[in-house]
Amino acid sequence: MTDGLLDASTTAGPDTRKGSSPRVPLGAMTRRAKAAAWILIAIALVAFPLVFSTPAVTSIAFFSVLFMAAATAWNSFSGYSGYISIGHAVFFGSGAYTIALIALHLHLAGGYGVFWYVPVAGGVAMVIAVPFGLIALRTRRHTFVVITIAAFFIFQLLAYNLSSLTLGSRGVTLPTPPWTGMGFNQRFYYAALCVLVVALLLSAGIRRSRFGLQLLALRDDEDRAAGLGVKTTRVKLIAFVVSAFSVGMAGAVWAYFLGDIHPQFAFTALFDLSVAIMAFLGGFGTISGPLLGAALLESLQQYFTIQYSSGSLYLIAYGVLFLVVIVLLPRGVIPTVADSYQRWRERRAQAMVNALPPAPSTGALAASEAHHARPPSARAGGR
Amino acid sequence: MSALLEVDSVSRAFGGLVALRDCSLGVQEGEVAGLIGPNGSGKTTLFNVITGYLRPDSGTVRVRGVDVTRATPARVFSLGLGRTFQLARVFSRLSVMENMLVATQRHEGWLRSVVKGQSSPAERARAKEILEFVGLGHLGHLPAGNLSFGQRKLLELAYVLVADPVIILLDEPAGGVNPTLINLIADRIRALNERGKTFLVVEHNMEFVMSLCHSVTVMHQGTPIVSGTPDVIRNDPRVIDAYLGGSDDEDDEDDEDDEPGGSREGGSWRHRPLTM
Amino acid sequence: MGTQLVEAVIDGVLTGGLYALMAAGLTLIFGMLEIINIAQGIFVLLGSYLSYALWAHAGIDPFLGLLVTIPILFVVGIGVEWAFMRRIGDRDRVSMSILVTYAVSLVIEGALDIAFGTTFVQLRPSYFARTWHVFGFYLEYIYVFGFVLAALLIAALYALMYRTRFGASLRAALQDRTAATLIGVNVKRVSTITFGIGVAVTAAGGMVFGATNDFSANSSTDLISRLLTIIVLGGLGSIGGAMGAAVFMLVLEDVVAVVWSPVWAPVIYFLVLLIVLSVRPQGLFGKVSTRAQ
Repeated sequence: MTDGLLDASTTAGPDTRKGSSPRVPLGAMTRRAKAAAWILIAIALVAFPLVFSTPAVTSIAFFSVLFMAAATAWNSFSGYSGYISIGHAVFFGSGAYTIALIALHLHLAGGYGVFWYVPVAGGVAMVIAVPFGLIALRTRRHTFVVITIAAFFIFQLLAYNLSSLTLGSRGVTLPTPPWTGMGFNQRFYYAALCVLVVALLLSAGIRRSRFGLQLLALRDDEDRAAGLGVKTTRVKLIAFVVSAFSVGMAGAVWAYFLGDIHPQFAFTALFDLSVAIMAFLGGFGTISGPLLGAALLESLQQYFTIQYSSGSLYLIAYGVLFLVVIVLLPRGVIPTVADSYQRWRERRAQAMVNALPPAPSTGALAASEAHHARPPSARAGGR
Repeated sequence: MSALLEVDSVSRAFGGLVALRDCSLGVQEGEVAGLIGPNGSGKTTLFNVITGYLRPDSGTVRVRGVDVTRATPARVFSLGLGRTFQLARVFSRLSVMENMLVATQRHEGWLRSVVKGQSSPAERARAKEILEFVGLGHLGHLPAGNLSFGQRKLLELAYVLVADPVIILLDEPAGGVNPTLINLIADRIRALNERGKTFLVVEHNMEFVMSLCHSVTVMHQGTPIVSGTPDVIRNDPRVIDAYLGGSDDEDDEDDEDDEPGGSREGGSWRHRPLTM
Repeated sequence: MGTQLVEAVIDGVLTGGLYALMAAGLTLIFGMLEIINIAQGIFVLLGSYLSYALWAHAGIDPFLGLLVTIPILFVVGIGVEWAFMRRIGDRDRVSMSILVTYAVSLVIEGALDIAFGTTFVQLRPSYFARTWHVFGFYLEYIYVFGFVLAALLIAALYALMYRTRFGASLRAALQDRTAATLIGVNVKRVSTITFGIGVAVTAAGGMVFGATNDFSANSSTDLISRLLTIIVLGGLGSIGGAMGAAVFMLVLEDVVAVVWSPVWAPVIYFLVLLIVLSVRPQGLFGKVSTRAQ
């Protein structure tokens, strides 16, 4: 490990150069570029079903946006804390069953009215998340994964076995909305988009809040964070419960769209692992990563399902895609691209500095300094 | 004046291996105390016991008169005892500034922590000030994982300072750090000491210890054998015995392992003249 | 009821032996590489299908076929370790390993679906269903043979670990990778071979699993969840713990199925894990640890 020189002002890599520091304007520019990118994404998402209104396409778009929401919510717990949950399907399924059973018992007619119960479904998911989290989050990472799997199976089996409540394997049928033609998918698309907005706001809110910082700290070194007074179990639990809310809502919209639900589809093991892979593909622990990952993978899945009507090819494509990404871009698409963009900008700024005749020494100095700060992609050594 | 930190006949064994044997130690308010001894003499184990990362088998530890023998690391920290680790544990994926803010937040209620933003301007200003103090002021935006080893040590010291501890335990602040940065670290410790901070420093670099510390304790096989001013220590024959005599090569499983770079060994002492 | 109960216990012990073998492979991989191998479930089914293919298409007896399928799965394991596992870094290691092995398992599942279809398959040579009549109980050959096979392979595993040079390196690396490297153990190679061995045992597990259950590639999810529950209860990385937990859980499930209801037995199976962990977050045999370095 290279040790820094004493005078820290000469140690920290290209962006710390005295004088012509390219970092400041760069930061401001990327911030503006980021804001512009988000606005473009928002416009694209809102306009999409109006431009491409074929039901086949809007259906794919609906599932993609719904899974963007789910992946974002999953990431706002697992991505930030580093605790991989394979039990979020519990919240997805509970949300689905909540809205289905409410509609059944209140004899709701199909229409906008059903959507009012989507937040209720999210609330039920949150209530379930509290005891679940209290048991699961006291354990360490490896064990946590296995508990979430066990909880998932328990809920799936309960959905089968508690047939007086859930109607067992017969499933529950939801009321059919009166919308026809393109309007059907479009309305559900916008409902999913609303859930996505909520999930994104919650995720960004967590990222910026105090406890979000604590959450990110414990991902790096939980014992050390605890030693500094971070209440680790509580921090994890809050994020877990908040992320359950959005996932429950996504499940509710999903159930209403499909029209009937069954235990093996509402509580499916594929849910969490797909959502995890989506988040990971785009960039684990980033805000935009899960959006990209879900958009790619979910549309791929829907396309394969429609095109080949067989899940098997899709399983292979999905797995191979992920493995290729792991080998080529081990940190996910967004962080890797962001890094190479950043490096490209720095190199370009550097080239501009070098091109200036009066200050050739600055460039040489910076080039030698670059050895001291390790590139962001370098992994920490030691186990 | 009563001691700020009192360790009273603490013992701790790992399996059959005794890491601390009836170990007693006091650190007075306002001093920089040094703790030296060959590898495996129990220094890091003692630190872990004091800071709540390990429970002693027997004995008591008091910080400012409060018994913390069975307290958690967080409790010890909240009593005003901060520490750094031999391998500098920083949050590598957070930025340097964010590292500083983790430690500011220990008094928040959970509802406030959810509702409020990451930091107030006042907290940022203070964090910035401390970063400037340790010479990392211009690196606030960099991921901590990109810092050099020596810079990580400074960052760890800095984020411990955020909580305004009364006494700070430093585990080998100069270990694996280049000579120029060592001087900076020593200088910062002196400056903090002048502002009233008390220190307990474990270190293998004799020059560093002898020039910095007001009092030095020498540990050998889990027990303090001598303590006194650097001059006294330098001339005490038992100290030389502890280092040179006998095979003290028992491997304390929990104590000072995997040092990065592997440059620091007991040997560095042996090859150096005792007079400095 | 009484006879049924005893039968349930015997059944539980016999199938438990089989799960012990599969869980031993999984926990060994965890102990050695610090990764959770989600693909263990699909490797078991790969073993089932390989035995099935040999039996259905070439008429090879499933027990004899193990001489082919065990080496095949060993090679598959080594290939997967070489291609993916060693690319997983230290950061987010467990999370990454879960996702990577899951992706591997999706690919294999898709391939098995295409090769064999998604309908359930039976691996039933006629003699498997014959029974022994012992002390008033009827024991099916396959359960008994399966148990004996599992016991033999576990014994072989122990012999490998405690009687060979490789085993010594393996145990050294299990305890402390750094120290093992220092005394000249090639930890990388030991890891690869360990992964291969951990996967190879699924060939035997898969054959017997296939002979005692109707199966499709889809069965892997349920299987891996059970195996993970077992190794967590047994204390991650502990082979003895995994074997004990396997027998305990399988007996428990069979007994609950008899005294209460077969539909609730799996619920109890997973509930036990939650209950145990809410009392002892570190697992039945695990230790509390705080990183103090």
